[in-house]
Amino acid sequence: MATKPFQQAGSSSTITRPPSGGERATDSMFRGIAYACAGLIVLLVIAILWQLSKEALPAIAEYGLGFWYGTTWDVNKEIFGVLPEIWGTLYSSLLALLLGGIFGIAIAIFLTQDFIHHKLALVFRTIVELLAAIPSVVYGLWGIYVLIPIIRPIAEWLHETLAWFPLFSTDLSGPGLAPAALVLAIMILPTVAAISVDAFRRIPYKVKEAAYGMGTTKWEAILKVMLPTASSGILAALVLGFGRALGETMALAMLIGNANQISLSLFAPANTLASLLASSFPEAGAVEVQALMYAALVLLLITFIVNVLGLAVQQYTVRKFEGKK
Amino acid sequence: MQSVRWVVRAALAACATLVLAACSGGGDADSEAATGADLVIRGAGATFPKPLYEKWIEVYGSETPDVAFRYAGVGSGKGIAMFLAGKDPAGEVFGGAEIDFGASDAAMSDADLKKVGERGAVMVPMTGGMVVLAYNLPGVEQLTLSRAAIEGIFSGDIKTWRDERIAATNPDLDLPNKSITPVVRRDSSGTTFIITSHLAEAFPAWREGPGIGKQIDWPASAMEVNYNEGVAQRVKVSEGSIGYMEYQFAKRLGLPMATLQNKAGEYVEPTAAAGSAGLGSAPEVPDDLRVFVPDPPGADAYPIVGYTWLLLYARYPEVARADAIKGAVLWGLTEGQPIAEEMGYIPLPAEMVRLARAKVEAIQ
Repeated sequence: MATKPFQQAGSSSTITRPPSGGERATDSMFRGIAYACAGLIVLLVIAILWQLSKEALPAIAEYGLGFWYGTTWDVNKEIFGVLPEIWGTLYSSLLALLLGGIFGIAIAIFLTQDFIHHKLALVFRTIVELLAAIPSVVYGLWGIYVLIPIIRPIAEWLHETLAWFPLFSTDLSGPGLAPAALVLAIMILPTVAAISVDAFRRIPYKVKEAAYGMGTTKWEAILKVMLPTASSGILAALVLGFGRALGETMALAMLIGNANQISLSLFAPANTLASLLASSFPEAGAVEVQALMYAALVLLLITFIVNVLGLAVQQYTVRKFEGKK
Repeated sequence: MQSVRWVVRAALAACATLVLAACSGGGDADSEAATGADLVIRGAGATFPKPLYEKWIEVYGSETPDVAFRYAGVGSGKGIAMFLAGKDPAGEVFGGAEIDFGASDAAMSDADLKKVGERGAVMVPMTGGMVVLAYNLPGVEQLTLSRAAIEGIFSGDIKTWRDERIAATNPDLDLPNKSITPVVRRDSSGTTFIITSHLAEAFPAWREGPGIGKQIDWPASAMEVNYNEGVAQRVKVSEGSIGYMEYQFAKRLGLPMATLQNKAGEYVEPTAAAGSAGLGSAPEVPDDLRVFVPDPPGADAYPIVGYTWLLLYARYPEVARADAIKGAVLWGLTEGQPIAEEMGYIPLPAEMVRLARAKVEAIQ
């Protein structure tokens, strides 16, 4: 088999030849398609931005920067501000990232660092990834009918014993920040876990061997060698997970409580930008639609900033831990 | 390869079904093809009378197999908007098909009436209803609220259930030390209009502050949800919450309803008799039948009551359509009233029925 190419080459008159017209054509066609696809994605983003900005323009002109720090959403008097929603979006997403991040990375370590047989690990991984296939509405319903009754007594106890602590300063009536953040954490878990697992798998085996060779214990190897080496991949996982949390709509619209307030308390109802959009759009009149478009733009901008920041941190860690330029 | 192709085909089929489902969705499945009726009458608006209209459609529709009726509960504000446009401007409800009537708990304002144009509008009160305050407080069944307490709760002034304004009228109850979460409507709603009219009538400060409207600025701690169904559902799952909704929605979910204080200072439970007493105390009925009773004076009157109107065009392009609508509305005004009473709505006073019939019969 291995000699065949040479035989073929030998049988033809020359070993090398310039590409034929057909080959040139396919090559340039493929190149063209690739460029077109890449360009189309950029165009799509620009088109969405353009459309959003166009629709939001009257609201931007009318409310300006005040929209960012205004706290009322009054359709009647046409006063719009999204600070409570920005707060709720960031607060719930950060909580979810904290919980989902810790569990996701822990799962990744558990699945890749020889704690269980690799076949069993595959089963576990599939189960975790199945979480991503559950529809958002189901998460919302599960949150309302299963999760809230479970955490209500815990929340009550926390509120009664630690009411002076700002995080527990109100009682949980039902939908609120805590159930929303918990469900969000479960929703971003598969993203974080799957990408972190890949990040650990990408590390050459000799790195671990070298670490053991230097006399490290298993945990020293994991925490001081494997984790830093995989850090850029893990950060990418966290950024993706955070982005997912920022934009999650349905489950949050059902669980966060839809109250336009800014409260540090974990148990207070709040609101997020995406859930404001989802619950107000079907009913909105012309002026409110403009304000909602502005809110969508705000959400897009926040997501953009988060992604850029994530990228910057990621590149920093690549330089620091992986020694690449 | 074979299996890959099968997977791709299955996936495509699944996508297609999803897309189809999404297209035909929009909340109100409009299965016209299945009914075989020659004429379809469509209407949309208030959610407050929706259970009643659905029941009427079920009963009356079985008597008139060649006419199919459809009603979409989209809220009073959107109902008026759709009536003015003649269809859903967003093209979602009924797939953007033309509607034949609207429905609103706040009737239509003069400004809106001017926009109707040459088709003309007729507003027909169909039934009355009580707006009840349903709550979720484990262990508390018989809550009584004074006028000041209601105002305090919905202005965000009263923060916990142990507030003295609530405790004063409930000396026998062991009220929990929980914060109050008001549940209110986010969408443009006739139910909101009814309760805010009541509060503004009873408290001048309310008129100056939050004001009257189908959509107002509620306190920040309030949970804002869409539709009567949404409010009832939210109260059901949130301990310590209290929300306003039409009687039927609270009854359906088995939510306890507060006994309220009326203008005469008496405490009245939401019952059919109390509701009728409330609506019956309406002043002179004007020619356009727009009667509001924001704060009925009677001693046995339930304090938060209102009519709900059908919005009809004065002229319809086809005779058959006009006749079908007139027939249905007249049926609702007469034979439909006992059904309304059974369902916890307030039947119209006889005088109102007489005036309304005259209005409907004038439709062309």
